[in-house]
Amino acid sequence: MNLRSLIAGISLGILAGLWVMPGQAQEPSVDEIIHKANHMALYQGADGKGKVSLVITDKEGRIRNREFNMLRKNQDNVDQDQKYFAYFKAPADVRKMVFMVHKHAALEKDDDRWLYLPSLDLVKRIAAGDKRTSFVGSDFLYEDISGRSPVDDQHELIKTTDKFYVVKNIPKRPESVEFEYYVAYIDKATFIPFKMEFFKKDNRLYRLIEVLKTENISAKKNGKDVVYPTVTSSVARDLENGSSTAMIYSNIKYNVGLSDDLFTERYLRRPPRDVMR
Amino acid sequence: MIMLRILGGRLIPILFIITLLAASQAVAAEKEEASFFDQFSPIEVHGFFEMRAGYRTQNDPHEKDRSVMESRLQVELFTYTDWAEFKYKGDAWLDGIKEGVEYDTREAWVFTRPTSFMDIKIGRQILTWGTGDLVFLNDMFPKDWQSYFIGRDKEYLKAPSDAAKVSFFTEIGNLDLVYTPKFDPDRYITGAYISYWDGRQKNIVGQDHQVVANTPDEWFGDDEFALRIYKNINNYELALYGYHGFWKRPGGETPGGVAIFPRLNVYGASARGQLGHGIGNIEVAYYQSVDDEDGYNPRIHNSEIRYLAGYAQDLAKDFNASLQYYIEHMLDYDAYLDGLSGGRAKDRARHVVTLMLTKLLLNQNLELSLASYFSPSDGDAYLRPIAHYKYTDKTILELGANIFWGEESHTFFGQFENNTNVYAAIRYCF
Repeated sequence: MNLRSLIAGISLGILAGLWVMPGQAQEPSVDEIIHKANHMALYQGADGKGKVSLVITDKEGRIRNREFNMLRKNQDNVDQDQKYFAYFKAPADVRKMVFMVHKHAALEKDDDRWLYLPSLDLVKRIAAGDKRTSFVGSDFLYEDISGRSPVDDQHELIKTTDKFYVVKNIPKRPESVEFEYYVAYIDKATFIPFKMEFFKKDNRLYRLIEVLKTENISAKKNGKDVVYPTVTSSVARDLENGSSTAMIYSNIKYNVGLSDDLFTERYLRRPPRDVMR
Repeated sequence: MIMLRILGGRLIPILFIITLLAASQAVAAEKEEASFFDQFSPIEVHGFFEMRAGYRTQNDPHEKDRSVMESRLQVELFTYTDWAEFKYKGDAWLDGIKEGVEYDTREAWVFTRPTSFMDIKIGRQILTWGTGDLVFLNDMFPKDWQSYFIGRDKEYLKAPSDAAKVSFFTEIGNLDLVYTPKFDPDRYITGAYISYWDGRQKNIVGQDHQVVANTPDEWFGDDEFALRIYKNINNYELALYGYHGFWKRPGGETPGGVAIFPRLNVYGASARGQLGHGIGNIEVAYYQSVDDEDGYNPRIHNSEIRYLAGYAQDLAKDFNASLQYYIEHMLDYDAYLDGLSGGRAKDRARHVVTLMLTKLLLNQNLELSLASYFSPSDGDAYLRPIAHYKYTDKTILELGANIFWGEESHTFFGQFENNTNVYAAIRYCF
């Protein structure tokens, strides 16, 4: 076979592939896409832990750092309730503070949140706040961290590219959010949302979250080896005020067997040793 | 005696630091020989340096014009082994009010988790429980209102206890037991930093006339015992409390005018949880003044019941408000009136409303907060506005004020009117 026929053959193959594609008709429904994307972003494994580092850069280039260790445990197998535990390591004024959340997926039920202030030995109960509020002063919002519930929006598959399902999400209660709609680029292979663009009126893009890196994290599930594709580097940009926040997620472990006890006042006051490291 | 007391107070932290330093030395030194110190993790060192200056906004004939003037260094050391954690935190500062060098060990403790259902923490530690927002009913651990009123960081409102805390965790409920072998009183207003109403002189006094107190100080004799039983049911936090000890501020005086700390037992309960979109809390405490059970002794505080109800909610983005109603209700009031030989009678009940507001701005780097206390029964108030700005991750700037107001000069906040002050601080963390 000479070079020319090889190229011809490849071209044909590609053409054939393109031809065959629509015929496969394996496209998942938009609800399925959203469901899987929600699972990938927040619910992989029965539990998980890792180190989170946030680097916040304002428009003048001034940098602030936030570091915390995080524990997460699912409360069910249907991607609903979860418990979170964050132990702060930096900056100095919040060091050793602990933030604990019992997240309730049901719309009518607010999350339960606690803060522990070690210098006062004070366990503070925090009123559930606006979830569209900055998380620890970064460009990520609470809702970016603990997840925006899929039932909060109407979803519309507006495009399918060779890599992404492009889904437009329109809030059901527009008065509760600052955006008009957002567009998510969901990876076809892994269902990880790779990019989210938030728009205000007149289709003005004002906020952006992008995944910069994913890694396959090995873990055990029921004695078998499994792999969880996980976002390890991402960035949130606020195009209105010119600031951005890079988030690095490291030392990730899944299915470590966290017990429910960890998410109680006992460990809020005195975190387990391996969370402090 | 004074030497002994100083040694007694400082011996434990000194020994503690020596242990920690020895541990760090050992880590740094030869590693071939397995020594006792090898089991310690590398010591974490943190802390801050701070300068804080404040002035009274009016003349106080009994105190200096400056209300706070200090350069403070806080150092924190932490290490752990497989079986325990160790922490030291101490402050040393040049004090422009007392005109000398001061030192305070804030924490020096060992923590261990010997079984799955038990935690133990022994040593000097900060202890807090209860549901109030800067109001304490069942929390009988020492407070430092003096530091709070002159505008030190909120951290200093809590004074340390030299105690052992043992906690048990079970399905039925959890139990905290705190034993303090030697009474730890509040760091109450003595006149050293803040002028106050002296009921005996029927006048405001200050540095020239500091409180003379007879503080119970016998190890294992003048001890305190506190317990809390608590349980979380569907994230409603329920608790019962008990305390056996003394009034934490002078709760009486001898006929000769020496302040004393009469015996006190406290029994109470609290609940806290979601209410609407906010957090509601209620707490009640019965203060049994053991040395004056029937209330006829005018020189010893009567028994009281204290009530608290509060509600906190986010009102807007990064804007939180909490409102509380607090009552101190004197029992045996008639007996109190009978026993009173002239002089001014206190009201049967003291009512206090607190409103706390917190607003975050500039990417949460600027915190504007206001803690306010109003007493409709006493006709007095205390406001504590603060602007707290994180200039960088390590440098913090603060401006604040402590504003006291009262119709009369003998009420709880009214007596401090001449102490109204403004202050500024800069802190560098490491």
